[in-house]
Amino acid sequence: MTVSGTGAGTGTVRLRPPQNRFDRRVVPWWRVQWLLLVLPPVLVLVLLGVLIEPARFWLFLPAALIAVPGLLAALLLPGWWYRVHRWEVTESAVYIHTGYFWQEWRVAPMSRIQTVDTVRGPLQQAFGLATVVVTTGSAKGAVKIEGLDHEVAAELAEQLTEITGATPGDAT
Amino acid sequence: MSGTRADGASPEGMHTAPAGDAPADVPWQKLDRRTVLVAVTLMGGIAFSGGVPAFVALAVPFGVVRALAWVLGGAALLLLGTAGLEYLRWRHTRYRIGPERAELHTGLLLVKRRSLRRERIRTVDLTAHPLLRVLGLVKVRIGTGEHSAAGADSILQITPVTRREGDRLRRELLDHAVREDAEETDGRLATLDPRWIRYAPLSFAAPLLGLGAGGALMQGSEWFGLQVEVIQWVGDLFDGVTVLWMVLTLAVVLLIAGAVGALGLFVEMWWGYRLDREPGGTLRVQRGLFTSRSISIEERRLRGVEVLEPLGIRLSGAARLDAVATGLAETETDQKTDRKTLLPPAPKELAETVAARVLREPVSPTSAVRLRGHPVAARGRRLRWALGSVLGVVASLLLLGVLLTQVLVWVAVAAVVVLLPVAALLAVDAYRSLGHGLTGKYLVVRSGSMRRATVALRRDGVIGFTVKQSVFQRRAGLVTVTATTAAGVGAYSAYDVGQSEGLEFAGEAVPGLLGPFLERDPDGTP
Repeated sequence: MTVSGTGAGTGTVRLRPPQNRFDRRVVPWWRVQWLLLVLPPVLVLVLLGVLIEPARFWLFLPAALIAVPGLLAALLLPGWWYRVHRWEVTESAVYIHTGYFWQEWRVAPMSRIQTVDTVRGPLQQAFGLATVVVTTGSAKGAVKIEGLDHEVAAELAEQLTEITGATPGDAT
Repeated sequence: MSGTRADGASPEGMHTAPAGDAPADVPWQKLDRRTVLVAVTLMGGIAFSGGVPAFVALAVPFGVVRALAWVLGGAALLLLGTAGLEYLRWRHTRYRIGPERAELHTGLLLVKRRSLRRERIRTVDLTAHPLLRVLGLVKVRIGTGEHSAAGADSILQITPVTRREGDRLRRELLDHAVREDAEETDGRLATLDPRWIRYAPLSFAAPLLGLGAGGALMQGSEWFGLQVEVIQWVGDLFDGVTVLWMVLTLAVVLLIAGAVGALGLFVEMWWGYRLDREPGGTLRVQRGLFTSRSISIEERRLRGVEVLEPLGIRLSGAARLDAVATGLAETETDQKTDRKTLLPPAPKELAETVAARVLREPVSPTSAVRLRGHPVAARGRRLRWALGSVLGVVASLLLLGVLLTQVLVWVAVAAVVVLLPVAALLAVDAYRSLGHGLTGKYLVVRSGSMRRATVALRRDGVIGFTVKQSVFQRRAGLVTVTATTAAGVGAYSAYDVGQSEGLEFAGEAVPGLLGPFLERDPDGTP
């Protein structure tokens, strides 16, 4: 019976950041996604406000309440995210770090990878980006690298497929 | 979407019309002919319960004779149709267990030919509802236990066949496991002790069943247009009594009804319960009063166990034991049923003993482990959540009270007095539950207050780690470390563990997985 290591007062342990940044184009991609989220309700409210005069204030107010923080976020957050989002593929694992307010580090070992898919949404295609989805046997263990250059993504998927194809068993 | 599959693992299990390996010498088999009888009887029940109200409704405008003719005619058509369809289904359904594959062909217009590779078959479960049992039939459910998008497609349902045929299928399909270790069949691991029934009313099912009964009463009375009368009748019963008394009495009545319901449910679910280890390394749970169930879990699918202690059951010193195995919950609906339960609520020591025997360990890892508690900051977080949720309830009550009626303000005050201590107690208890540790081959994490769960997960069953840290956790120096696995719910977490300790725990639990990504600050400043 072994008991978990105590850390023995050797200082703080932390996860080192993965080596690679995402493609630079994720910043405009994220920005457009935000705008697509924020703008429709704002536009609807503004349009209604223009048409319905008596309720104008009560329509413009929520429009402003959505628009101002939404636009600020669209302006500032993507750059910030870009600095913290990172990924890395080592010989033994796929490693990714995402988020700022809710940070998340995910590790999926090579030997347990079951499928490697690349996915490209219409917006991603416009920006020349792609997402690589690495799934393991766990329903909750998928690692998504969103925002790679699509050629890099295809290469990466190829490479991962080759490495993991050699793994025997059903990786559970 | 351009996709590439990493290996043949997940889609391989399912194939349509196997090309190469079909030695035609294994004969096709048919379902039991009595399936027509079963279908007609079931439909007859439905027709009867639907026909009686229809007859009553029609008898008023059309007179008894014509109403009877209509209803009987409709019922006869329905039953004939059912019999015909079921007969066709029986004619066109066939299955066989070949040396390589289990195959099932179904369908009349849309012919479905499905087959499972035998080496991928993980579970063979037999269930029989009362009607099937009377006829000596069972439903066979063959599953591969893969997390594929195909989901339900990796399950073959062969229903109904005779009980003997069901047993034959079960034995034959699960027999591909190595048979050399036949000496390891230590037979019975646990049997039902009728005294366990005392834990049934303590489960959360009891109050829910009580509420359900109350709701059903109101709904049923509404169907018959009697709801007002029922409310009036209850009001008359409590004539001259304060509202508080009435509410309390009704609550007690519903609770008692719920407790009775929970007892009934327990008897139905767990009657004749026994847990065996069968040759070839299969755990088998058999249970059920009216509907009999037989659930098999291959031992090599087992990645650990979960000891569950819902609050009421924990307070009476009992615990339930679940298997953490791959391939048990293939679809959403499966997760709700309790196919993973190895032992119903029973005295905790017994649960630990059974856990040890199931895992073939001298002592259950859930009791052998020395769990390390989590930093005090985790308690602060839980207390703040408790306070926040109480304040949320109270604030909305106050707002409504100010806007609508004075009574709600008093309710809000009462809520503060009652809920605050309860929430605080639960928060402290939840903090005390937190723990993590390593013992032998297992990683153990514990959390939860209303539903305390202690999971012992095989370290070689961990197939990845996720570390999460919110801004608040960062300030408090906490992280949530989650081990992902192919078994059970897919991920088990150590919540709000100290950052360094949690990361080292993960690094040590599975060497070489998280370790390469850890770094150490020599001076200890965060």
